[in-house]
Amino acid sequence: MSNQVKIATLEAYGKALAELGKDYGFYVLDADLTKSTMTRFFKEDFPERHFNMGIAEGNMMSVAAGIATLGKPCFASTFAVFAAGRGCEQIRNSICYPNLNVKIGATHAGISVGEDGASHQAVEDLGIMRSIPNMHIIQPCDAVSTKMAVKTALENDGPFYLRLGRLTVEPVYEEGNCNFLLGKGIRLREGTDLTIITSGLMVQEVLKASEILKSEGVHCRVIDMHTIKPIDAEIIIKAARDTGRIVTVEESNILCGLGSAVAEVVSQQFPCPIKMIGIKDCFGRSGKPLELLDYYGLTAEKITSEIKSFIE
Amino acid sequence: MKKIKSIEVLAAKIRRWIIEEVYSAKSGHPGGSLSCADFLACVYEKYLNFDSNHPEMIDRDRVVLSKGHCAPALYAVLALKDYFPLNDLKTFRKIDSYLQGHPCMKSIPGVDMSTGSLGQGISAAVGMALASRAEKYDNWIYVILGDGELQEGQVWEAVMCAAHYGLNRLVAFVDLNGLQIDGNTATVMNVGDVAKKFKAFDWNVLSLDGNNVSELDMALDTIHRAKTDKPTVIVGNTIKGKGVSFMQGQYQWHGSTPNQEQYETAVSELDAKINELEKCHE
Repeated sequence: MSNQVKIATLEAYGKALAELGKDYGFYVLDADLTKSTMTRFFKEDFPERHFNMGIAEGNMMSVAAGIATLGKPCFASTFAVFAAGRGCEQIRNSICYPNLNVKIGATHAGISVGEDGASHQAVEDLGIMRSIPNMHIIQPCDAVSTKMAVKTALENDGPFYLRLGRLTVEPVYEEGNCNFLLGKGIRLREGTDLTIITSGLMVQEVLKASEILKSEGVHCRVIDMHTIKPIDAEIIIKAARDTGRIVTVEESNILCGLGSAVAEVVSQQFPCPIKMIGIKDCFGRSGKPLELLDYYGLTAEKITSEIKSFIE
Repeated sequence: MKKIKSIEVLAAKIRRWIIEEVYSAKSGHPGGSLSCADFLACVYEKYLNFDSNHPEMIDRDRVVLSKGHCAPALYAVLALKDYFPLNDLKTFRKIDSYLQGHPCMKSIPGVDMSTGSLGQGISAAVGMALASRAEKYDNWIYVILGDGELQEGQVWEAVMCAAHYGLNRLVAFVDLNGLQIDGNTATVMNVGDVAKKFKAFDWNVLSLDGNNVSELDMALDTIHRAKTDKPTVIVGNTIKGKGVSFMQGQYQWHGSTPNQEQYETAVSELDAKINELEKCHE
């Protein structure tokens, strides 16, 4: 796989919008970031359905809601930190309360944004979005699953939050070979010693970690939990029952994110020990993306050593 | 002339039902509901393209009550225009009612946008106007703003956006009653010269007496005939609590409700008004 082209999920998102724009009659809004969120591809092909809202994210979210009331889906794109932060209350009241067909393309999520630093690194967005009724959340891990995520958001009514990254990532899935279903995790590796549940660009790191662990005799089940809301309770309970231990790995605040969503299921339906790996309730900082992943303990090596101390 | 009278009758009936709603609920916002009743009456009686039997008609005109707390006025006009039974208005804000405290488009026929958080409705109206034009619908989008609401920064993001995209089918009404929860808008947070501000944002601006049906009608008629590439705002000078003597110009009536005695006074004043208008109408 490593000789294949690496592509950021936000770029795959931008290209998916342009590609799906031919068959689906949706609108796209952006807040002065068309080159960064890559909605520019859609803008080039469908200028009559793309509107730049300028640097006004709150307005953009409510405008998207207004557009959606006319019966066609509307994507609203900006950095995750502004989408979930600046646009939070508009998402709550204008979009989620009336359950409108608005799809939020939240790019540059997590600390892997890099040099821009903490002001631009959303670590809290999952927690915010998870707690708003009617919201769906998808965090794809590669180009193929990103396209599936965009298509899924278009084919299902209601608000969606698509959490996308800037860092280029290796493919996990091959075109035409990704069984992507809303609210259904995908089992990527089989194992009996423990289950690692992860999402987004942590999937690649976890797959590497599971190889290291395998070489040391620890066999991990690995689940790509691309849909964080609604969470796939069935696959989680089965993991708890089959492997007895669960580790969650996310590029997000350890509070209220994927780990919490998994723990909410496990603690109430099939209690078992859980280890949560993620950003330890702190802000990010400037640095190169890979340096930052290392700094915050989110590389395959550091995930491996955390898991080893958990199972000892 | 006949049309003006029927608008006046509708406005008086809206006021009568506003009092009924907030009295039944023992909760709600009478002051600002009463001040915007004339604009709503004018739009629904003469200008709005709607069909209460088919609320889902996609290319209909739309009304967004951006000052969503004035739901009693909107619900009253919707019921009077047969979207739902008038008697349901007495269930306003009650646990088993679909008439939520603030407009809810999912549960209430005829409500075009859920509102309540100030500043968001005008953005939604901008979205409706943008998409309507892109879809080539021949429709109008009306949005009602409070003057206190203009303190929300989002309003000006939306106002800038509407001008940028030349949304000439967007009509905003500013219900300039000068009062908000904590007192005069001028002392709480002065919104200043509203007409000048909209002009500076490159909107067409019409200033008038927002409780005068003839002036409102003339303004809307002008807007509908005008060839313009700009959105238009009607800055309506209004009186909070208009139509109920003891509520007029009193900020305390923003969010408080009448007791039985006050209810009876209000109802007798408004019933007298309706009778008087209907008599001249005949």
